[in-house]
Amino acid sequence: MLGKLDWSAIPFDQPIPLIAGGVVLAGILAVLIWVVVKGHLPYLWHEWITSVDHKRIGAMYILLASVMLLRGGSDAIMMRIQQAIAYQSQGYLPPEHYNQIFSAHGTIMIFFVAMPFVIGLMNLVVPLQLGVRDVAFPTLNSVGFWLTATGALLVNLSLVIGEFARTGWLAFPPLSELSYSPGVGVDYYAWSLQISGVGTLVAGINLVTTVLKLRTKGMNYLRMPMFCWTTLASNLLIVAAFPILTATLAMLLLDRYLGFHFFTNEAGGNVMMFMNLIWAWGHPEVYILVLPAFGIYSEVVSTFSSKPLFGYRSMVLATMAICIISFMVWLHHFFTMGAGPDVNAIFGIASMIIAVPTGVKIYNWLFTMYGGRIRFATPMLWSVGFMVTFIIGGLTGVLVAVPPADFMLHNSMFLVAHFHNVIIGGVLFAAFAGFEYWFPKAFGFRLDERWGKVGFWFTFVGFWVTFMPLYIVGMLGMTRRMQHYDVAEWRPWMLVAAFGMLLLTIGVLAQITQVVVSVRNRDALRDRTGDPWDGRSLEWATSSPPPVFNFAFYPDVRGEDAYWALKQHAKEQQLGDHPGPEYQDIEMPRNSPTGFVCAFFATVMGFALIWHIWWMVILGGVGAFATFVVFAWRDHDEYVIPAAEVERIDRINIEERRSLVSMAGAV
Amino acid sequence: MSMTATVAHAHADPHHIGRAAEHPGPAPKRIVTAYGFWVFLLSDIVMFSCFFAAYAVLSGQTAGGPKGSEIFEQRNVAIETICLLLSSFTCGMASIAADVRNRFWFYLGMAVTCVLGLIFLAIEFREFADLVARGYGPSRSAFLTAFFSLVGCHGLHVSAGVLWLLTMMAQVFAKGFRADVLRRMMCFALFWHALDIIWVGVFSVVYLLGGGA
Repeated sequence: MLGKLDWSAIPFDQPIPLIAGGVVLAGILAVLIWVVVKGHLPYLWHEWITSVDHKRIGAMYILLASVMLLRGGSDAIMMRIQQAIAYQSQGYLPPEHYNQIFSAHGTIMIFFVAMPFVIGLMNLVVPLQLGVRDVAFPTLNSVGFWLTATGALLVNLSLVIGEFARTGWLAFPPLSELSYSPGVGVDYYAWSLQISGVGTLVAGINLVTTVLKLRTKGMNYLRMPMFCWTTLASNLLIVAAFPILTATLAMLLLDRYLGFHFFTNEAGGNVMMFMNLIWAWGHPEVYILVLPAFGIYSEVVSTFSSKPLFGYRSMVLATMAICIISFMVWLHHFFTMGAGPDVNAIFGIASMIIAVPTGVKIYNWLFTMYGGRIRFATPMLWSVGFMVTFIIGGLTGVLVAVPPADFMLHNSMFLVAHFHNVIIGGVLFAAFAGFEYWFPKAFGFRLDERWGKVGFWFTFVGFWVTFMPLYIVGMLGMTRRMQHYDVAEWRPWMLVAAFGMLLLTIGVLAQITQVVVSVRNRDALRDRTGDPWDGRSLEWATSSPPPVFNFAFYPDVRGEDAYWALKQHAKEQQLGDHPGPEYQDIEMPRNSPTGFVCAFFATVMGFALIWHIWWMVILGGVGAFATFVVFAWRDHDEYVIPAAEVERIDRINIEERRSLVSMAGAV
Repeated sequence: MSMTATVAHAHADPHHIGRAAEHPGPAPKRIVTAYGFWVFLLSDIVMFSCFFAAYAVLSGQTAGGPKGSEIFEQRNVAIETICLLLSSFTCGMASIAADVRNRFWFYLGMAVTCVLGLIFLAIEFREFADLVARGYGPSRSAFLTAFFSLVGCHGLHVSAGVLWLLTMMAQVFAKGFRADVLRRMMCFALFWHALDIIWVGVFSVVYLLGGGA
C-alpha cells in the first residue's frame, strides 16, 4: 500500500534532523495559522499564489531562494563546526549524517538558492527593461516557479522522512547506484532535480522567447540593457544544457528502478559516460548562474557611476563568447580520470581561453567607473566587492585549468575554496546587489542603507576569512568532504574558517534585520518617483511598484540607455504636457491556479516515486494531466483594464515624476 | 518631434535601411507561441541526443547477449517507419483543415494520424514484449539498456503525442476553432513532425547501422 514507506523512515534516533525538522514544521504551521487567523489567505491566494504577473512570480522565486539560503547556510555552519572540532575525534556528526549534509548543501545552494535567485531577478526585471507587459508565457511561468518549489519541498522532506543522498551534490555512480546506495536518498535527490529541472527548462524557454520576440518598439538587440543580453545567453544555456541533466538523471533512475545498465559496473555499463554527461550540463550551469550576475553588475556599475556602460558591444560579444565556449570545457572537471595528455591539453587551453572574455568584462566595469561620479550605495558595494573577490577566484580557476596543477589539486580543499570563491563572490554577491538594487522597484520602498552596509561588510570579510584558509589547507593536502582528520597543521586553519563562518552568519542576520527595519520604516523609505537610483534603463520609467500592466504605452526606444535619454530629453523640454496618444484598454492574462495545482500533483507524484507507491504515482500523473486539460478548457484567459483606469494610474506616476524633474531643474 | 526625427532620418538614409532595421515591437501571439514551442523542441532534441550518445557508447557492450543484427526485424521497422511518415502527412492535412475551419477533414485527418500512431506503438510494444520474453530485456546488457531507452523514449513521446492528439480533437469538438485552440494545434503539429525527424535518426542509427553489422 505505501511501498517502502513505514515508521522506520522517521529518524527517531537522530536528534539533529528531528529537532531541525520539528522547528521548521512549527515555523511553517505558525505562519499558516497566522495567515488564516488574520484573514490573509484570500489575499495570498488571489494576489500571489495564483498570480501570473512576472513581477510577483519573480518576487516569489527570490523568497524561495532566500528561505533555502538559510537551509543551505545551516548545513554550511554545521560542516564548518564539524571540521573545526573533528581533529583526532569524530566530532558531533556521524559520517552518514555528515555525508548527507554536504550533499544537501551543494544541491540546495545550486538548485534552490542560486538558480531561483537569478531566475527570480530575471523574471522581475527583464520584461520591464524590454518595455513590455509580461513574459511570453505567463501561466507557464507560474508553473515553472511552483515546480521549482516542489523540488525544494521534496529535498527538505528528506530531512524527516527517510534520508538524503550521501553521494555529493552530483551523485556520481557507481556510488549512487542501487548496490551501493540502497536507501531513498539518491531517489530524493534525483526526483527533486527532475521536477525542478522541468521548472527551470520552462523558465528558460519562457525568457528566451521573451527576449527574442517581445521587445518594445525600437528595442533593437544592440539597444537592450546588458542584463537582457546576459539573460538571453543564460537562458539559451538553460535550454541547451538542462535537457542533458534530465536525460542523465533519467538514466541513473532507470538503473536504480528497473535494473538498467547505463552506469553500473556490470553488463557493460560505463561510469565515465555519467561523468561526461553530467559535466556537459554542469559546466554550462556555472555560466547559467554567473552570466546573469555579470548582467546585474553591469547595470549597477553603470547606474552608480552615472555613466553608460563602457564597451557595451565588447560586453555583448564577451557574453556570447562565454555562452558558446562554456560548452567546450566540461572535461576539466575530471582531468585526472584517464583522458590522456592530448585531450587534457585541449580542454585545459579552452578553459584558460574562457578567462579572456571574463577579463574583458572586468576591464569594462573598471573603465565604466573611471571618471564616473560614483555613489557607494549598497548595490555598488556588492559590485566592487565582487570585482576584488572574483578576480582571485578567476585566477585560481585558471590555475586548476592547468592539467598538471589539477593533478595536485583535484578534489582538494583548494578546489572547494575556488568554486566558493567564484560562486559566492560572483553569483551570491550579484544576487544581493540585484536584490538591493531592484527591491524598491518591486515593493515601492528602498531598503535601509545602514543595515545593508553592515550586512555587506560582514559578508565580505566573512567570506575572505572563511575561504582563504581553505585554499591553504588545500595546498597542505587536505581533501574535500572529510568527516574527521588527524593532521595537526590543518587544525588552526579550520578554526579560522569556522570563525569566518560566524562573520558570514552575522552578515546574513544583518540582511534579515535590514529587510525587517525597512518594512517598518517603509513610509520614510517610500520611492514615489519610480526612479530611486537615477537609473538608465526602462524599468525605472514606470512607477514603483509598477502597475500590473507595467507601461501604459509601449515605450519608443531611440538608443542605448533608453530611460536616461528620455530623462535628458524631458529636462530639456521641461516635461511639457505631452499630448501623447489616447489611452487605450489593456488586456492582461487572468490569474490561474494551474501552476499551484500542477505542483501539488507533482509533489504527490515525486513523493510516491521515491517511496515506490505506485497507485499514488498514477494518481499524481492523472491529476497533473487533468489540471492542464482544465486550464486548456477555460473560456476567458484575459481580462481588460479600461482606458480610464490606465489613465488614472499613469497620471499619478507622471505627476510624481514632474515634481522630480522640476526639483532637479531647480538644483 | 517625432515628425522631424523621421524627416531627418529620411534625408540621412534615403533607402530606409535604418528604419527597416528598427524593431517594430512585440510579436503577435501566434508567432510568440510557435517560437517558444520551437525552442522547447530544440531542448527535447538535445535530450534525445543524450540517449543517442549513450547508445553510441554502449552499442558494442553486449555482455555476451545478443547483438543488434540478431534481434532487429527489418520488416517491422519498415512498417513502423511507413506508419509514422504517413501520419506526418495526415497530421499536415489536419492542420490545413484546421486553418480553413473544416471540421470534417480535421477530424478525419486527426483520426487517421491517431490510428497510424497507435499501429506504430503496437508494433513497438510487441517488439519490446517479444525481446523481454526471450530474456533480452534492458537489464540483459548495456547495449539492450541503451536500445530500450532510446527507442522507448521516442515511443513515450509518441504516446504523449496520441494523448495530446485526442485532447486536441476533444477541444475542437467542444470549443471550435478558437484562436488559442489553433495555436495549440500548430504546436501539436510541430511536435508530431519533430517526432518523425527523431524517428529518422532512430531508424538510421539503431536499425540500419545496427542491423547490418
